[in-house]
Amino acid sequence: MSTDVVPGVVAVVLVSLATLVIGTWGLRISRTTSDFFVASRTVRPRLNASAIGGEYLSAASFLGVAGLLLTFGAEMLWYPIGWTAGYLVLLVLVAAPLRRSGAYTLPDFAEARLGSRGVRKLCSVLVVAIGWLYLLPQFQGAGVTLRSTIGAPPWAGSLVVAVVVLASVSPGGMRSITFVQAFQYWLKLTALLVPVFVLLAVWMADGAADPAAAAPHSWSVPLAWPGGGIGLYTTYSLIVATFLGTMGLPHVVVRFYTNPDGRAARRTTLAVLGLLGIFYVLPPVYAALGRIYAPSLVDGRSDVLVLELPSLMVGGAVGAVLTGLVTAGAFAAFLSTSSGLTIAVAGVLSQDVTGRRWGSHRLGGVAAFRVAAAIAVVVPLLMSLPAQDVALARTVGLAFAVTASTFAPLLMLGIWWRGLTPVGAVAGLLVGGLGSGFAVAWTLATSPSPGWSSALLGQPAAWSVPASFLTMVVVSRLTRASVPAHAGRFMVRLHTPEAVELQR
Amino acid sequence: MSDQPPPRVRVTGPPRRRADVVRPVGTREIDAETALGEVFMRSLLREQLFLALRVLAALGLTLGLLPLLFLLVPSLGDVRVGQMPLAWLLLGVLAYPWLVVLGWFYIRRAEDHERDFADLVGSVGSGGPDEEPS
Repeated sequence: MSTDVVPGVVAVVLVSLATLVIGTWGLRISRTTSDFFVASRTVRPRLNASAIGGEYLSAASFLGVAGLLLTFGAEMLWYPIGWTAGYLVLLVLVAAPLRRSGAYTLPDFAEARLGSRGVRKLCSVLVVAIGWLYLLPQFQGAGVTLRSTIGAPPWAGSLVVAVVVLASVSPGGMRSITFVQAFQYWLKLTALLVPVFVLLAVWMADGAADPAAAAPHSWSVPLAWPGGGIGLYTTYSLIVATFLGTMGLPHVVVRFYTNPDGRAARRTTLAVLGLLGIFYVLPPVYAALGRIYAPSLVDGRSDVLVLELPSLMVGGAVGAVLTGLVTAGAFAAFLSTSSGLTIAVAGVLSQDVTGRRWGSHRLGGVAAFRVAAAIAVVVPLLMSLPAQDVALARTVGLAFAVTASTFAPLLMLGIWWRGLTPVGAVAGLLVGGLGSGFAVAWTLATSPSPGWSSALLGQPAAWSVPASFLTMVVVSRLTRASVPAHAGRFMVRLHTPEAVELQR
Repeated sequence: MSDQPPPRVRVTGPPRRRADVVRPVGTREIDAETALGEVFMRSLLREQLFLALRVLAALGLTLGLLPLLFLLVPSLGDVRVGQMPLAWLLLGVLAYPWLVVLGWFYIRRAEDHERDFADLVGSVGSGGPDEEPS
C-alpha cells in the first residue's frame, strides 16, 4: 500500500462510520413499525428536503453526470435538468394528493385507489424490479470508486456499500435513515463545492484556458449525437423519461409519506428543487476543467473524472485532501441512494413476501422488514459482480425510462381521472413495463450503433410512455363498468385541503 | 397528617373524536356525495389541474423548446455570453432558478385555490338546514 491510497481509505472509513453513528443515534428514537417505514410521518419540510436530496443524488449524479458531460458535452446537461425538473412535475401533479392518499408505498396507493389485489401485486413486482435496476449502478459505482482511489478489486467497493447499508437500515428503518440522508446531502454538496473553488483558482492561475477550444464543436450543442432527426428524438425521449420518471421512483415516493400533510409535501418538494439546483451547477465545472486537464479520461474512464481531477490539477497535500473529500462525497452518494432504495424495496417485500405466513411461522413487522432488507441488498449485489463497466448515468437513465412508462401514468391518471379501472391500469403497466423493459434489456446486452433502431431502444420513453398512457385510457373506457365504486370518494380525499375537515 | 389515602379517582383523557362538533353544511355535502358536494369537488379539481397544466406548459415552452431551437439555428452553438457558451449558461445554470420560480408560483396559486375552497365550503348554506336533494 502506497501513501496515495491514504485519503481514499480515510474518507471511506469516516463516511461509513458517520453513517452508522447517525443511524444508531436515530435508532434510539425509532420505536414502532410506523417509525420504521415512514418515520411516523412527522418529518418537517426542511429536514425532509435535505433527506430527499441526499437520497436522490446518487452515483449517477455525483460521478456519472460529470463523466458524461466530459465525453459528450452539452447534450448531457439534459440529465441533471431532467432529474431536477422531474420534481417540478411531481410537485404540480402528484405531491400533495399522494401524501393525502395516506398510503405507505406505490402498491398501497394502487390498491387503495383501484381496490384490486391484482394491481397491487403487479406494482409490487415493478417496485422491486425498478429498485434493483437502480441499485445496480450504485454498487457498480462503489466498485469503480474504490478501484480508482485505492486500487481495490471492483467487488470490494460494492461489498462495503452493501454491508454499511444493511447495517444502517436494518436497526433503525426510515426514521434513522432520514437523519443519515440529510447529513449526506450536505456532505455531497461540500465534497463537490470546496474542490471547485480550489480547482477554479488553479485554472485562473494557469491562464484560464478555454475548455470548448479543446473539444469538437458538437460539445457545445445541447442535442444528442448524431444530431438531426435522431438526435432530436433521443434528446426529447430523455426529457420525457427524466421529467416523468422521478415521480415513479420507489424511494422518492416513499419519502413523501413521511411528510405531516399535503401542504408540507409541496413545501418539501420546492425545497428539493432548490437543493438539487445548487448541486447540479457543479458537475459541469468539473467536466469543463476535465477537457483541459484530463483529456486522457475522455474515452472510456470518464466516470472517475470527479475522483481524479483534483489530484491531476493540484498535487501534494492539498490534492490528497481534495481527493479524500470527493471520495467521501462519492461514498455518501452510494450509501444514501442505496439505503433509500433498500428501504423502499424492503418495505414492499416485507409487506407482500416476508411478512406473510410461511408454514406455521409468521415474522413480526420489524423482523420481516429486516429479512426483506437483506434480500433487497443481496440480489443486486450479486447482479453487480459480473458487470462492472457501464456508464453509471446511462443505467440510471434507463431506470427512469421504466418508471416513466409504468408508475407515472398510473399516478397521474389515478390522481386526476376518475375513470381509471383496475383492468386498464394493469394493461397500461404491462404495455409500458414490458416495452421499456425489453428496450432496457436490449440496450444493456448490445453495443450502441448509430441509426433509428438503436435510438428507439436506447431511449424508449418517447414511445413507451404514450403507449402506456393510451392503453390505460382506452382499456379503462372499454371496461368502464368496473370503475371502483369508491373512486369518487377517494378522489375527494386526495384533493381536499387539510383545512376542510371531512370524515376521512 | 391523615392516614387515610385519598379516594381513587378515575383519570380519563378527552374523547378522541369530537363527534358533536357542528360541521359546516358544505363539508357535509361533500361527505354525503350529494350533487352540490360533487360540484364543489369538480370545480376544485378542475382549477388545480388547469393550474398544473399551465405550469407544465410554461416549462415545455421554455426549456422544452431548447433542443428544437438549437437544431433549427445551429449557429447558436457558437454564441457566447462573456466566456461561457450560451448552451452551457442556459442549461447548466439558468434552468435551475427558473424551475424554482415555476415551483414557487405553483405553490402560491395552489394554496390560494385551497383557501378559497375551504372558505366556500365553510360558508355555503351555513344559515339553514341541509336541503339539497341528493
